[in-house]
Amino acid sequence: MEALKEELKNKIITTLNLEDIAVEDIADNDPLFGDGLGLDSIDALELIVILDKDYGIKLVDPKEGKSIFQSIETMAAYISANRTK
Amino acid sequence: MTQNKTNIQSYIKIENNEIVLNGTSVFKTEPTDFADFSKQTYRNFEMQYPKFFKMDALSKLAFLGSELLLSPITSKEEENNIALVLANKSSSLDTDVKYQESISDKENYFPSPAVFVYTLPNICLGEISIRHQLKSENSFFIFDAFNTEFMSNYSNILLNTNKADVVLCGWVEYFNDNYKAFLCTISTEENAKYTNETINTLYNK
Repeated sequence: MEALKEELKNKIITTLNLEDIAVEDIADNDPLFGDGLGLDSIDALELIVILDKDYGIKLVDPKEGKSIFQSIETMAAYISANRTK
Repeated sequence: MTQNKTNIQSYIKIENNEIVLNGTSVFKTEPTDFADFSKQTYRNFEMQYPKFFKMDALSKLAFLGSELLLSPITSKEEENNIALVLANKSSSLDTDVKYQESISDKENYFPSPAVFVYTLPNICLGEISIRHQLKSENSFFIFDAFNTEFMSNYSNILLNTNKADVVLCGWVEYFNDNYKAFLCTISTEENAKYTNETINTLYNK
C-alpha cells in the first residue's frame, strides 16, 4: 500500500503538472481538492483517466469520485480493492 | 459617436528567448525551447500562479505578455474594464496536433481532458481574464498575418463606445516551438511617449 501511495503521488505531480510540489509535500490524508493540493475540475477528470489507464478501473458513476478522490489514502484504498491491472 | 483619440500606453514583445517591454529588453535567456524559456520567465518575474504550469504553450505565451502589461493596472483594488482583443495565425493547432496524437491509437485510447481544454485559441483569453478578474469584452481572431489596421480599428471602437476603458490588443502566435507575441494596452488617456506610434510601427520595430 505504501508503494502505491508513493506511485500515486508521483503520477499526480507529473500528470497534473504540479510544478512546485514534491512527493514529500503531499501527506497521505491531505485533501486533494479545496485547501489541500488545490486541484480543480479538470484535474478530477484526469484522475478518472489515471484510474482507467493505469489501473483498469472505469468509474461508472462520477459522483463516486468525491469519496474516492478525497486524499491519497482514499485513492490508494479504492485502487487496491478494485484494480484489474 | 464621438471619436476620441486613442493612445498606446505600453507594449511588450516576446520572441527569440527575449522579452522587450516598452522598447527595453527586460529578460533574455540563452537559446532554449519555449517550455524552458517560459518557465525561466515565470521564475524570473516571481509570478506566483501555479496554474501557469497547466497551460498549453499558447496560453503561457499570452499569459506572460499580459502579466507584465496588466499587473501594474489590475493590482489596484478597483474593478477593471479591460477588453482583450488577440489574434494569431496558427489558432490552437499546436495543441490540436498533440491532442490528436494522443487519441490516434484506438487500442490505447485515453483522451486527456487537460489537453483537450486548450484545443481552442480563445482559451488564452479566459486564462488572462481569470488571472486578472476581468469580466470584459474579449475576442480572438485568426489572420494569415497580424492585421494591425483591423486590430486598431476594433480596439478604437471598443474604447469609443465605452465598451472598455483599456484594450489589451495584440498577436500571440505559437506553433512547433516557434513563437512571437506582441501585446499593447490602448486607452483614450494621453501618453506623450507614443504620440506618433501605431500598433503597426511598434510591431514592426
